[in-house]
Amino acid sequence: MISPADRAYLAALCLARAGLRVDPQKTYLIESRLAPVARREGFLSPADLVSAVRSRSDERLGWAAVEAMAMPEPEFFRDRAVFDRLAAEVLPELVSRREGQPVRIWSTACGTGQEIYSLAMMLSDMPRLSANWELFGSDLSERSLEKAQAGLYSQFEVQRGLPARTLVRHFEKRGEAFALSPRIRQMVRWRRINLLDDLSRFGQFDLLLCRNLLQGLAPEAQVHVRAALAASLAPGGRLVLGLRDLAGDELKGIAPEIGLYAA
Amino acid sequence: MKTCLIVDDSRVIRKVSRRILEDLGFEVAEASNGVEAMAWCDAMMPDVILLDWAMPEMDGLTFVRQLRTEPGGTAPKVVFCSSETGIERIREALDAGADEYIMKPFDGAIVAGKLRSLDLLQAIAA
Repeated sequence: MISPADRAYLAALCLARAGLRVDPQKTYLIESRLAPVARREGFLSPADLVSAVRSRSDERLGWAAVEAMAMPEPEFFRDRAVFDRLAAEVLPELVSRREGQPVRIWSTACGTGQEIYSLAMMLSDMPRLSANWELFGSDLSERSLEKAQAGLYSQFEVQRGLPARTLVRHFEKRGEAFALSPRIRQMVRWRRINLLDDLSRFGQFDLLLCRNLLQGLAPEAQVHVRAALAASLAPGGRLVLGLRDLAGDELKGIAPEIGLYAA
Repeated sequence: MKTCLIVDDSRVIRKVSRRILEDLGFEVAEASNGVEAMAWCDAMMPDVILLDWAMPEMDGLTFVRQLRTEPGGTAPKVVFCSSETGIERIREALDAGADEYIMKPFDGAIVAGKLRSLDLLQAIAA
């Protein structure tokens, strides 16, 4: 078992590196998140991993632990009402506002890609909503991004939120896994981004998705990220937060019941 | 209370499915093949049918095709629940009249998600 001192160290590391709030009392959560990293890195247990991170000051290993703690539970089309509203109102409005210019959409904490691929599949299935879409996915975790780019999901993963008709339209079986079609994969560009860094160099976006990340951040990091996201919104742009994320003073509620905001 | 008919020749799968569906608030009935299931539906159409593919007497595919031609047979939502995991097989089930498809093995979260997508469960905020 990870010692209390090592759990406290891990919590402090997560806070310093990514503004991530980790409760050091949640031993089971910490160990279950770190177990795959420990196995991958050749440690006998999560406790050995944290102990090594602490004693070696190993930058790469430290990031691997932080990334594992930041990982949300992924699901396609999470909160269907959000996607329905985007399809019915938000995206048509953005297309009309952009008047032929690219419509830029950024899934800012994309994990293993389910959210931005859900949008890509939805856009592909709405041919009447024609636009020059630019879709971006970013995450803190290099490993998540690799998986996202590969577009390869297990049987369990494709049953989390993905309607069967969408599955048969956009995936093919590859061994035991399900591979997303190259056409959908090629709609998205990927980059590792820490949302605590300067985001202004990435330009402005018409739609930002940052769901279920803020609630896990320390209060000061939440303020920082919200302000950075608000500044990244193009005029008339929209931001989608998770239902338990706090919008703060930086954002104006458009449909807060589904987490939809403007700057 | 919404009703669900579980159609599967495996007693274990029926038992596991019953527990999941009762926890989700459904009234549950069971059948072990398509013929038994059709007799249930003739008496009263359920709101949803959780349907295995390979069964003796009448398989799931034959059942759903026949069900959809019966009076009132388009009303129940049909969710296949099968070990068949090929894309073509899933397409075949949907083309035959299924509304959704679950690949075995499954868990309560997968069943709940599928039923929610068919408006058979209240959306629960994540």
